[in-house]
Amino acid sequence: MLVSLGLLLLCQLLGEALVHALGVPLPGPVIGMALLLALLLMRDTLAPVLPHEVGDGTLEKTSTGLLANLSLMFIPAGVGVVQRLDLVVSHGPAILVALIVSTAVALLAGVAVFRLLARLVGEET
Amino acid sequence: MSQSDFALWVYLSRTPLLWLTLTIFVYVLADRISAKLHRNPLANPVLHSVWVIGLILSFTHTPYRTYFEGAQFVHFMLGPATVALAVPLYAHRRTVMRVLLPMAGALVAGAIAAMVSAVLIAKALGVPHDVLISLAPKSVTVGVAMGIAERTGGDPSLAAVLVLMTGAIGAIIVTPLMNAVRVRDMRARGFALGVAAHGIGTARAFQVDVMAGTFSGIGMGLNGLLTPILVPVFLPLLLS
Repeated sequence: MLVSLGLLLLCQLLGEALVHALGVPLPGPVIGMALLLALLLMRDTLAPVLPHEVGDGTLEKTSTGLLANLSLMFIPAGVGVVQRLDLVVSHGPAILVALIVSTAVALLAGVAVFRLLARLVGEET
Repeated sequence: MSQSDFALWVYLSRTPLLWLTLTIFVYVLADRISAKLHRNPLANPVLHSVWVIGLILSFTHTPYRTYFEGAQFVHFMLGPATVALAVPLYAHRRTVMRVLLPMAGALVAGAIAAMVSAVLIAKALGVPHDVLISLAPKSVTVGVAMGIAERTGGDPSLAAVLVLMTGAIGAIIVTPLMNAVRVRDMRARGFALGVAAHGIGTARAFQVDVMAGTFSGIGMGLNGLLTPILVPVFLPLLLS
C-alpha cells in the first residue's frame, strides 16, 4: 500500500513539475493521471524494473480504496463553502433555481447526446 | 466547564488532530447512514457531513482556518485520488475506446447546456451581472472554476460556492432524474454526471457503480479542459 501511495504521489509530483516547467494550463494531478495511465499501459514491458505492487493488484486496491472515499475529500472545501453561503443567500432563491434547473438540463443533454451517438456507432446497451 | 476542562479544550481545539478526527468520524457516520438507506440520494454523505461540521464549528466558535489546519490532510488526498482515476480508466479502457464519439458529443452538449441554461435562467430571474460571471464555470472542478472566474472578472470565492452547490445538486438529482427518463446505461449516466457535477458527482457515481464512476471521472476531466475555453467565448453573448 505504501509503495502504491508513493507512486500516486510521484505521478502527481511529476505532473505538477511539468505544469510549472512548461506552463501547461492543466491541473498537475490531471497530468499525473495521464502519466499513471501511460505507466499502466506499458507495465508488461516495464515489469522487470517496476516494483511488484504495480503488477500484483496492490496499486488497484489502493486506488479503488481512495476513490471509494472520494466524498470524504470534498468535506473540508464544503465546510468552507457553508461559511460563505451568505454570498449566495443575499441573491435569494433565484440562484438556487438556476443551479437546480441548469444541472438537470446539463444531465439530460449529456445522456441524450451520449445515447444518440452510442446508437449511431452501434454501442447501445 | 471547570478551569482545567476549559484548558484541555483550548489545547485540543487548536491542534489539527481534533478537526481531522472529527472530519473522518462525521464522514464515516454519514457514509454508514447513506449505505443503510441504500445510497438514497438525499442521504448524500458530503452534504450531511458538511452541515454537521459547520454547526459544530459555529457552536464552538472555531474559525475555519483552525478547522482547515486539521482537515487539510483529507483535502490534500484529492490530488492523489485524481491520479488514481487512471486505474479504473485503464481497467475499462476497451469500453472507453468504443464510445469516444458519444463521449465527445455528450461533453460538448453537457458543458454548453450547463453554462448557457444557468446564466440565462439567473439573468431572467434578475441576478446581477457580476454574479452571472461567477456562475458560468459552475460545472467544473473548484480549482479550475476559480481560475476561470478570476480571468473573466468574476469572484473566485463565489464561484467556489456555486461549484460545490452544483456538485451537491447533481449528486442528489442524478439517480431520480435518470430513472425517470429510463436511462440505464451507466456509461452515459456517469459521463453526463461528471460533465455537469465534477468531483462531487464523481464521488457519488463511485458509490453507486464503478463503471459510472469511471465515466464520471473522464467527464469531469474533459470538462475541466473544455469549459475554460467555452466561458470567454459564450459569456459576452450571454451577458449582452
